[in-house]
Amino acid sequence: MSKLSMSKAINEGLRSCLEADPKTLVMGEDVGKLGGVFRVTDGLQKDFGEDRVIDTPLAESGIVGTAIGLALRGYRPVVEIQFDGFVYPAFDQIVTQLAKMHARALGHVKMPVTIRIPYAGGIGAVEHHSESHEAYFAHTAGLRVVTPSNPDDAYWMLRQSVESDDPVIFLEPKARYWDKAEISAAPALDLHAAKVVRPGTDLTLLAYGPTVKTCLEAAAAAEQDGHRLEVVDLRSLSPIDFPTLAASIKRTGRAVVVHEAPVFMGMGAELAARLTEQCFYHLEAPVLRVGGYYAPYPPSRVEEQFLPDLDRVLDAVDRALAF
Amino acid sequence: MTVKSTSRARKKAAPGVPDSLRTGQDAPAELVQLLTPEGERVENPEFPLTVTPEELRALYRDLVLVRRFDGEATALQRQGELGLWASLLGQEAAQVGSGRAMRENDYAFPTYREHGVAWCRGVDPLNLLGMFRGVNHGGWDPNEKNFHLYTIVIGSQTLHATGYAMGITKDGAEDAVIAYFGDGASSQGDVNEAFTFASVYNAPVVFFCQNNQWAISEPTTTQTRIPLYRRAAGFGFPGVRVDGNDVLACLAVTRWALDRARSGSGPVLIEAFTYRMGAHTTSDDPTRYRSSEETEAWKAKDPISRLRAHLEREGLADEEFFAAVDAESEALGLRVREGVRSMPDPDPTLIFDHVYAEPHALVAEERAEYVAYAQSFEGGE
Ligand SMILES: Cc1ncc(C[n+]2csc(CCOP(=O)(O)OP(=O)(O)O)c2C)c(N)n1
Repeated sequence: MSKLSMSKAINEGLRSCLEADPKTLVMGEDVGKLGGVFRVTDGLQKDFGEDRVIDTPLAESGIVGTAIGLALRGYRPVVEIQFDGFVYPAFDQIVTQLAKMHARALGHVKMPVTIRIPYAGGIGAVEHHSESHEAYFAHTAGLRVVTPSNPDDAYWMLRQSVESDDPVIFLEPKARYWDKAEISAAPALDLHAAKVVRPGTDLTLLAYGPTVKTCLEAAAAAEQDGHRLEVVDLRSLSPIDFPTLAASIKRTGRAVVVHEAPVFMGMGAELAARLTEQCFYHLEAPVLRVGGYYAPYPPSRVEEQFLPDLDRVLDAVDRALAF
Repeated sequence: MTVKSTSRARKKAAPGVPDSLRTGQDAPAELVQLLTPEGERVENPEFPLTVTPEELRALYRDLVLVRRFDGEATALQRQGELGLWASLLGQEAAQVGSGRAMRENDYAFPTYREHGVAWCRGVDPLNLLGMFRGVNHGGWDPNEKNFHLYTIVIGSQTLHATGYAMGITKDGAEDAVIAYFGDGASSQGDVNEAFTFASVYNAPVVFFCQNNQWAISEPTTTQTRIPLYRRAAGFGFPGVRVDGNDVLACLAVTRWALDRARSGSGPVLIEAFTYRMGAHTTSDDPTRYRSSEETEAWKAKDPISRLRAHLEREGLADEEFFAAVDAESEALGLRVREGVRSMPDPDPTLIFDHVYAEPHALVAEERAEYVAYAQSFEGGE
């Protein structure tokens, strides 16, 4: 395959899912003729028909709730929420119904529903178009939560998500939609495996989704100063591949978690706590966190100040190395 | 700082609410009824119904057994065997009538009170008690009898029903779905979203609202200013108000609606105009919000006594039949009592079962932690 942007890679992923299984459906607002506001579903309705690529009413709870019903009937819906900030009306259906149906039925029913959400910031959008709500979902048992950081992962992780018999929250870092890369012929990793994307010896940067690229840039910059940083892409936020993370920290002795969501009560808190438990005697410094502030996502003119950038990451790296 | 009285801003009781809606005392003119409270058959040309004496007796048996099961569960709650019970007392006809209108392949999506519908679907009544005893969150296989799990979150299941019905359309199947909910639920966004989806996709789903006049302590007038069945018009499908204490009318109207849905004509909203005779659940105290006169007035419309009156008046059942049903009812009561008391507590590792369909590292880790912790007590000193 030639190089594809992440949005095109997801499009191809959806296409192959629709081709592979006639029970797979794509549903959401504007996913048909328009191809979605990010064109991620571009051309799918033309090729698979209105019956399988469904423009829905503007009702997020309705979209997820009916997807649950379709799953009960044997379908495999892939739902698009137009933007991160609009998933909240569907939050009830996701956490009280979708996540728990399998357990309530003592395993008799499966919920193969994938919920695709363009999330996180950095694109200069207006209010409610830049939020990182991964912790809400990862906090809910019964959901799987994953987020690719590059086109290859986006393609294969989407296919793996759709094939899963569990509900998957598939978070698409919208600032990375336009990044291009080659798609491999087969998936290199399990859906829930973390990946060392840059090896190093002095400190581990833990990142996922949009901040993986930021951390790779930070690692490249740190190299100028003689610091060899390892970057690990979590890829999956529930479950988390702790063995891979812990192995990295045992090698480097230091870790900094970087995400866009507010630091308080976020993924970083969980990572720091667990990794401290698991790697206490290997750590040379506390696990530090870099992320958004405990404030609503700001207007776009100041979002650069809110988002963890190269400098903030490197500043944390310096603090960790100074211990 | 003193706060000014805001009493001037407080509104008086809403004007323009029809009395029938306010009190539920007078049967509104649009109510479909095939059997009067006195047990007299009446015809409705729009909803004709032929029932054999045998079918009438079978319906009577259903009503009596469902009421007995429900009464037994209420008693078991009082005896501490169940943590809570949501009684269907007074709503037997709405549930049995609609439940018996379904065909085998149709699918029902209940709330937490549809014990009579479960009965008609052939779900073992003991299965319904697991959730209320606290041994599971439902626990039956919904696909075995096409009866979905009880849903506690008000209105959620109407969307699941609609999605399922959309799937039926996609399959080209000739089945239909029935979604149960209450008058309180009609205010929820999900129910309104379900109406929209069902209408837009012409889904074969029948919305069956049991207007039992109360949502815990709130009367129907707190949910709506128009009779509920008229809501359907705004969504583009028919709404019918049926006497919910009349098992024959419920049967006829629901059968009509399901047939209509099956034939591709889309959804229908049925408002079964009925009354919750008991408390909302065993933890509720209805004396705080409604009058005994109101309850008394509805007693006169009891679904079971009116069918019995009909059977007796027409000579369709004899003492022997009634005695046989009573005996069966005793046996059911015994089975439920004994069944509940011998219901085992789940193994605590149930917590970790079925969280996911596929393996999940965190769940596996925490299960192992729990098992090790639990074992540390066994055989320890
Ligand atoms: C979303 C939601 N809000 C509140 C509750 C608490 N609650 C349980 S039953 C009920 C009243 C429901 O009334 P109605 O829909 O008329 O049904 P009924 O119980 O009368 O059959 C309420 C408020 C709930 N279960 N779910």
